[in-house]
Amino acid sequence: MRDRTPRLSPTFSRRQIMRGLMATTAFGLTARFGTACTSDSSSSAGGDGGGGDEETVVGFIYVGPKDDFGYNQAHAEGAQAMASVPGIRIVEEASVPETTAVSETMRSMIEVDGAKVLFPTSFGYFDPYILELAPEFPEVQFFHAGGLYQDGMPDNVGSYFGYIDEAQYVAGVVAGHMTQSGKLGFVAAKPIPQVLRNINSYTLGAKSVKPEITTQVIFTGDWALPVKEAEATNSMVDQGIDVITCHVDSPKVVMETAEKRGVFCTGYHANQAPLAPNGYLTGAEWDWSSIYTRLGEDFVAGKTLMAGDIDNLLRGGLAENFCKLSAYASIVPDAAQADAETARDQLISKELVIFEGELKDNKGNTIIPAGEEYEQQNLELEKMDWLIEGVKGSVGS
Amino acid sequence: MAAEALGWWGVPLGIIAGTLRGSAPFLFVSLGECITEKSGKINLGLEGTLLMGAMSAYAVSYLAQGWLGPVWSPWLGVLAAGLSGTLLGLIHGWLAQQPRVNDVAVGIAMIIFGSGLAFFLGKPFIQPQAPPLPTFEWGSWSQLPQMRAALRVSPLFLLGVAIAPLLQWFFRATRWGLQIRAVGDSPQAARAMGISVFKVRLASIVAGSFLAGIGGACLSLYYPGVWTERISSGQGLMAVALVIFARWNPIQCLWASLLFGGAQAIGPAFQSVGIDSYYYLFNAAPYILTLLIMILTCSPQRTLAGSPGALGQDD
Repeated sequence: MRDRTPRLSPTFSRRQIMRGLMATTAFGLTARFGTACTSDSSSSAGGDGGGGDEETVVGFIYVGPKDDFGYNQAHAEGAQAMASVPGIRIVEEASVPETTAVSETMRSMIEVDGAKVLFPTSFGYFDPYILELAPEFPEVQFFHAGGLYQDGMPDNVGSYFGYIDEAQYVAGVVAGHMTQSGKLGFVAAKPIPQVLRNINSYTLGAKSVKPEITTQVIFTGDWALPVKEAEATNSMVDQGIDVITCHVDSPKVVMETAEKRGVFCTGYHANQAPLAPNGYLTGAEWDWSSIYTRLGEDFVAGKTLMAGDIDNLLRGGLAENFCKLSAYASIVPDAAQADAETARDQLISKELVIFEGELKDNKGNTIIPAGEEYEQQNLELEKMDWLIEGVKGSVGS
Repeated sequence: MAAEALGWWGVPLGIIAGTLRGSAPFLFVSLGECITEKSGKINLGLEGTLLMGAMSAYAVSYLAQGWLGPVWSPWLGVLAAGLSGTLLGLIHGWLAQQPRVNDVAVGIAMIIFGSGLAFFLGKPFIQPQAPPLPTFEWGSWSQLPQMRAALRVSPLFLLGVAIAPLLQWFFRATRWGLQIRAVGDSPQAARAMGISVFKVRLASIVAGSFLAGIGGACLSLYYPGVWTERISSGQGLMAVALVIFARWNPIQCLWASLLFGGAQAIGPAFQSVGIDSYYYLFNAAPYILTLLIMILTCSPQRTLAGSPGALGQDD
């Protein structure tokens, strides 16, 4: 091989190497947080260039893979439903992190694919990425799942949001009937209002059956941490919790771990019944297909946010088909099913208001005084930073 | 069916159980990297190898269950994971030894290549359920279901624990072990002894990647037992860092892996008994620990004891 005479004192150069090695490792660890190593972009820009120019191109952006049994799958199924509307062509990109990467994706969908409507679906895409890009492309409509729109934001930004906590409430009723120990478990990703609202509604649903029921919540810290989610589920079962649900990107790990440990679970985002044939009771599912089909028809008809044909804030719950429930398992007794159906009907007819006074948080402060109630549309609920009495956990980090 | 709550005992039990469940991937990857680095080359690409191993194990276990049955197909999956690791190792081993090629740069490229390939090939396997590896039920003596669940030990984990002292002995007492150490400490001297530096390094990198692939199989077929794109969440890179932390000593790799595996359970275990403040801090515990140990042991006055002499040098 090549000979070179050693020119440095060996200790010195070895030290340099160690420094380099550690620096690289540190780089690797930071790369991990930036998810630089998951740069998987399965952009499937349908290459049928022969289509008429009339078709509206709609871009969908997901934070994870499209078939994750969870949040992204629910949106991707909705996107497929929209794609079947004549005159709509969709382009998709999966596994886009909530960083400037999403700005680049949005920009290239607009400039390269000619997208006129964008659906960046993940919560963290909104602020600042959508808000920064929207004024730059005033003719493009941005729809964000999360209900974060406020007056004063660009008028080509729209926000749609399902009150899936209604479905969680019903699931909570079922859980309340099924628990033996009176302890429910909730594996949550981050303490943001949507997650807290689900935890609170689930608990309220269960407490409507047995007021002494408690819900233990464990925050894992991020949307997809399979090992932590499994650990959280295991440690809850160790504490005698016998019904577990979750709000993470992909409930697959939680459901499978609960099944392995022989406890009940209720699903989230999509139907996870095949993952836990023995323990799956029911679940809160999104029903984006109906909403996306409706929006797709609006786009083809030439309706836009900017002209005011489409509301900047679209909301709805069980009544408006934003969400639905998985079919009840056969192990759920008839009485429980009847109770759950009653709750569901009352939520649809708006007879039942989930957040009504007197409601205390788990630190003893009164959140809603007696006699008052927060309707689902109440903006206070979207700024939720409290956990109700009966939830064991804390929103502070 | 409801078990009695364990209360505070849940914390140590949770951490021990988490150690038994979660440390196998760290263990395999760090032992693999230990072999590789002893020969004087670095393979940062083991993160990609881990993902590739997890994917191929899951895919093969799922596809083979039809004709092998759910008992043997996971084992075929483990073998497939090792083979996919071998393949990635061959690429890295050959590329990283070309003139004027930096092994760290190749390693980063291999992370991207391995994970990209795993995601691409793994798309159809995110949804289906593959048969998992069997476990030893060591807790059947206990009345507590929690204890029984905690002591469900994977044979792969035991294999990893057995490999650590074996590797220690291999480096200390065998001719091949000596050759790897010689190549890693002083390639010139090894060459003078008539050892092919290229072949020894290639073999070491391939063996290391084989182990890392099996580490991936632990993730997808044992715990958490699914294939998703986020399954490794950086464990491969952490394990590479562990090797430095363990001073290139296989036995210490074992302790370090147990520590990091157990650390993953700290956050959830504390929250489940009601200590719910600072959970981000608890979750970050392994990283903080690594940084602290790095800072405490890094001295400008001397090199780390045990570091292979030719590590990272161009020869």
